[in-house]
Amino acid sequence: MANETKQPLVQVKELCKYFHVSRTAELKAVDGVSFDIYKGETVSLVGESGCGKSTTGRCMIRLYEPTKGQVIYDGKDITKLSKEEQKAFCKKVQMIFQNPYASLNPRMTVKEIVGEGLKQHGMSREEVDKKVEALLETVGLNKDHMSRFPHEFSGGQRQRIGIARALSVDPEFIICDEPISALDVSIQAQVINMLKHLQETMGLTYLFIAHDLSVVKYISDRVVVMYLGTLVETAETEELYANPAHPYTKALLSAIPEADPKKAKANERIPIKGEIPSPINPKNCCRFAERCQYATDRCFSEMPKLREVAPGHMAACHLLDK
Amino acid sequence: MMAEKENILELKNVVYSFHTYGGEVKAVRDVSFEVRKGEILGIVGESGCGKSVTAQCILRLNPEPPGFFGGGEILFKGRDILKMSNKEIRKVRGGEIGFVFQDPMTSLNPTMRVGAQIEEVFLGRTGVTKKEVKNRALEIMKLVGISDVEKRYRQYPHELSGGMKQRIMIAIALVSRPSLIICDEPTTSLDVTIEAQILDLLLELREKLGTSIIMITHDLGVIARLCDRVIVMYGGKVVERGTADELFYDTAHPYTKGLMNSIAKLDTAKGEKLQPIEGTPPDLFSPPVGCPFAARCDYCMDVCNEMPPEVYQLTDEHATCCWLQHEMAPDNDMKKKPEKKGEVR
Repeated sequence: MANETKQPLVQVKELCKYFHVSRTAELKAVDGVSFDIYKGETVSLVGESGCGKSTTGRCMIRLYEPTKGQVIYDGKDITKLSKEEQKAFCKKVQMIFQNPYASLNPRMTVKEIVGEGLKQHGMSREEVDKKVEALLETVGLNKDHMSRFPHEFSGGQRQRIGIARALSVDPEFIICDEPISALDVSIQAQVINMLKHLQETMGLTYLFIAHDLSVVKYISDRVVVMYLGTLVETAETEELYANPAHPYTKALLSAIPEADPKKAKANERIPIKGEIPSPINPKNCCRFAERCQYATDRCFSEMPKLREVAPGHMAACHLLDK
Repeated sequence: MMAEKENILELKNVVYSFHTYGGEVKAVRDVSFEVRKGEILGIVGESGCGKSVTAQCILRLNPEPPGFFGGGEILFKGRDILKMSNKEIRKVRGGEIGFVFQDPMTSLNPTMRVGAQIEEVFLGRTGVTKKEVKNRALEIMKLVGISDVEKRYRQYPHELSGGMKQRIMIAIALVSRPSLIICDEPTTSLDVTIEAQILDLLLELREKLGTSIIMITHDLGVIARLCDRVIVMYGGKVVERGTADELFYDTAHPYTKGLMNSIAKLDTAKGEKLQPIEGTPPDLFSPPVGCPFAARCDYCMDVCNEMPPEVYQLTDEHATCCWLQHEMAPDNDMKKKPEKKGEVR
C-alpha cells in the first residue's frame, strides 16, 4: 500500500515523449505526465487506445528515450545511468507484454527464452537450467515444457512464459502492458490470480497498463487516468471509483459493461460524443474539451492544471475551480 | 421490449466440421436454437467454442472445402438455407441477413471508398437507379450516427477511426433492411467508450427497425446490457440457454457459473480471489465422449465422462445440458429442484 512517509520507488516527473511525424507535425504521445509509485503497490494506468499509456510504460523502462522530463528510479534518473548502472537497472525492472503470440521468439525454446536474461547476467549453464526449472514451476508450468517452442502452447500458457521471463532476473518492479487483454475470459482470471500471488510472495511492485476498468479496480491500489497524452485524474482506487472528479473519468466509468442485466439496463450512462482526436499537433487547451459536455470557453483556451480534490486525489479540470 | 414469439431463424441439430491435415475438427456439434422476431439473442463462449463457425454456417460463409455440414437444418423464414442454390443464398446474404464482422480494420476493402462499399450490396439488382442507391446509402449512414455523410461517403477506410469503421460495417449490414443481423464480436477491438456508443446504436436500431440481432461475444457485460435471450456454447455444443435474467441470476450449468465467477466485477471485493476455470477447453479433433466440460468441472461425476448429458428444460426458456439436473444426481447448489419449476418466473 502507499505510504506517504516513504520515498517513492519510481517517480515520473513531467514526462514528455514526442514523435516527429513530418517536418511540421509532432505527435505528442505523452505530454507532461507525473506520478509516483511506492514499493509493493500496484498502480494502474488506464485510458483509451492512443492515450499514451503504453508509451509512458515504455519510457519508464527506457525502451523509448523521453523527449523531456525525468524518470527517477530509486533516487536515480534512469536516462543518466552509466553502462554498469544501466545493466543493474535492467535487472530490477522488467516488462510483460500485451500480445503473448508476438512477444516470444518462435525460433527459441522456452528454456532459451526464459534463460536468456540469466545468461546475460552471468549465470553458468547448470545454474540457468535449475533456475528456469524453478521459474516454470512458479508460473504453473513444468520442466517438460523446457524444450518446447512457443507455438506448442496456448495463449494463457504463453503469457505464463512471458511472466517467467520477466521474473527470471528477480526484478523489483514489473511493468505489465495489458497482460490479459489477448486472453480468454476464463484464462484471464488465472493470470490475474497468479500476478497477485507473485506480488504477495515476492514483494513486487506493478505498473499495470490496462483498459479493462473492472480488472483495474480489482487489482490496483492507485489508478492514473490518461487522456490524449495528459494525466487527467489520479487517486486511490476506491476513491476514484466512488467519487470520480473529471468528466472523462465519469464517462469512462459509466461505459463499463457490467455483467449483471438488471444493473446494466438500469445504469444511466454518460455518453461521450465522438472519438479520441488526433494527438498530432494538439491545441494547447484541455484535450478533452471537444468531447466534454460541460466544456466552457476557458476549456478551449487554457490547459487545466492538476489540483487536489481530496487528499491524494488529483484531477485536471477547470470545472473544479470554485 | 418483449420479443414476439414468431421464429425468424431456426437451427436444428446442426453439425459442422472441417477437414484438416490433423484430422476432422468437429467445430459445431449438434446445435439447435431459434431466433425470434425483434429479439437480441446472445451467443457466449470462449474462443474455439464454435460460436463464430455457427454464425457463419447460417450464411454458409465458411470455406467449403475444408468445411462441410454433417447434418441438420437451418430454416430461415421456413426455407432451408442448406438446400438453397448459390444464387438463392446470395440473395439472402447481405439482403435478408446482414453480417457485421469482428474486425472493422481488416474486413473493409482498403481500396474502395466507403460509399461504394455500402452500395455494393445493390450490385446486380434490377429496379433501382444509381441515384436511389446513393440516397439510400446516405440515409443509412445518417441512421448509424455518422456525421457529415457527403464527405464520409467519398472517404477511404483508412481515413476513418475504428468506431467509425464499425459504424460503416453496420451500415453495410443494414442497407438492404434485413430482418436479421448477425454481429460477430462487433465491439471486441474497440475502446469502452466507443463500445458503449455501438451497443446503444444496436439497441436503437432494434427499436426503430424491429430487426432481430444475433450477438456473438465473449463479454458477459455486453450480453447483460443488450440481450433478451442467451445461449452459452462450450466445445461446439450449447450447454445452457435461457433469458438473460435466468442465466445471470439462476445459473444452471457449471460452465456458465465458472464464467461468471472468473470475471472481475466492479463490486468484487479487493481481497476476494477470482475463481478461474482451471484447465483448457477440449481438443475438438477428438472431443470427449461425455460432457465436453467434464474435465474442468468442479461438480464432475462418473457419468459425465461416459455419456453426453441430456437437455433438461427448467422453465419455458431455460434449459441446461448437464447431468446435475438428473433426478438421480446428488443434491447440490447447482441442482434446480423440480418443485421450483413453477416458481421461477
